[in-house]
Amino acid sequence: MPSPVPLSEAIAAHVHDGDTVALEGFTHLIPFAAAHEIARQGRRHLTLVRMTPDLVYDQLIGLGVADELVFSYGGNPGVGSLHRLRDAVEKHWPHRLVVHEHSHAGLANAYVAGAARLPFAVLRGYRGTDLEEQRDIISRVTCPFTGEELAAVKAVNPDVTVIHAQLADRDGNVMLWGITGVQREAVLAAERAIVTVEEVVDEFPEHTGAVILPNWVLSAVSVVPGGAWPSYAAGYSVRDNDFYQQWDAISRDRTAFLQWAKDNGLPAAQEEVTAHA
Amino acid sequence: MRKQDTAEWNSADMMNVAAARELRDGDVCLVGVGPPNLAANLARRTHAPNCRLVYESGAIDAKPRRLPLSIGDDDLAATATAVVSVPEMFNYWVGAGRIDVGFLGAAQIDRFGNINTTVIGEHSDPKTRLPGAGGAPEIAAAAGRVIVIVKQSPRTFVEQVDFVTSVGYGPSGRERQAPGAGPTLVITDHGVLEPDPQTNELTLTRLHPGVTVEQAREATGWPLKVADSIKSVEPPSEVELTALHRLRNREAVDA
Repeated sequence: MPSPVPLSEAIAAHVHDGDTVALEGFTHLIPFAAAHEIARQGRRHLTLVRMTPDLVYDQLIGLGVADELVFSYGGNPGVGSLHRLRDAVEKHWPHRLVVHEHSHAGLANAYVAGAARLPFAVLRGYRGTDLEEQRDIISRVTCPFTGEELAAVKAVNPDVTVIHAQLADRDGNVMLWGITGVQREAVLAAERAIVTVEEVVDEFPEHTGAVILPNWVLSAVSVVPGGAWPSYAAGYSVRDNDFYQQWDAISRDRTAFLQWAKDNGLPAAQEEVTAHA
Repeated sequence: MRKQDTAEWNSADMMNVAAARELRDGDVCLVGVGPPNLAANLARRTHAPNCRLVYESGAIDAKPRRLPLSIGDDDLAATATAVVSVPEMFNYWVGAGRIDVGFLGAAQIDRFGNINTTVIGEHSDPKTRLPGAGGAPEIAAAAGRVIVIVKQSPRTFVEQVDFVTSVGYGPSGRERQAPGAGPTLVITDHGVLEPDPQTNELTLTRLHPGVTVEQAREATGWPLKVADSIKSVEPPSEVELTALHRLRNREAVDA
């Protein structure tokens, strides 16, 4: 039974080099603090999975933590590009990043299949798009009842999923509410799951639409107030829209990015700025 | 100057206002970031107060008091009739055909409304990495009708898209196999394009005030088809402009 452990211990025990790691949270409850701890511990060669890479993966990609990325929308919401992601894909800095991409519907369903321990999921989508050319993750299947041809997506089963939530109780059960995204599916699809929470309470409050994850599907719970900053935790914080704006300038430039990493104690794979390829 | 901007409004305002006018009161509208967000909220504050806003983050019937800066803003969840998970959103709501109108943007669009938001160049080694698909492919397929909002330029309006992220009417305009009607309107900073009823080729049917057919042709990377009787779009009204500026300034709806 997971009682709260320090975040550094949770990451050290459950996130290993070469793992497939999903850090989920759809705009809301993005586990930034856990991501930074992964970087701080110098993890390498991860396959990162996330519907919306957002700033959190832009940072990890720039730091050289990831070799591969599975995603469905890679922008800075309301601001523009994810410049570290673009630099890795376009210029291979700090190294080449292999991408596997879905639509939101495709990746959401890939998690659903993963959570159900099914090999694939079915949806009516992708037809006629070039995304279908990624045959290792997207294919077609014929309905045995109607003969309709449908899209099939390979299940996603991360080695470890990390999420941020509002609450844990004394037994280590976890509760989150507001925009709950794909976190339930991402946790249940994974071999191991780590949750950072705002606080621990004796008893969960009533909350319409809350997701509750029993302690026995979780590997570790860590108390990290503000662990979603610069995203937010409904009821605890608001989204730091200014930082999302500022990130555009920080991330656009390799030197500015490396300075940001240094200032935040995050080791970068490439400490010096190399000439553009 | 390519086209006429007045002191009161510019071509971007006109594009947003024109998009807002296409929403009908009661429409269920799936809203993304950027211009669609502005247009849909403008419609709700002007002629379509009962337009239902659905955000792919899971908020159904969101009634944002201020213009949300991202699709996951707390205000959306706090004011929504229901908040659902992302898989539920795409399976039970978008995929099941419960969306009347979907808005899409485009980095590239061809004459049959096929859209690229993925890469410029080769997918495996792109010249420019774009954000990717997001909710667009399934919105393009399943929404009752699709409104594309995009600035018109030869770089964007291309003979052939580098990558098909979302299908309009297919490579030759006849391949569409999806439940929704597809891109029934493409609203630009020059005017409005609609698919030809026979061929599905995007055809210039309306011009914004001060824009000429010649300017629209120059902003298009293929020989642009122009309707026989081209209509003029009404300039933004005082009411529309006031509401638009208040949204942009993120003023609360009842402030």
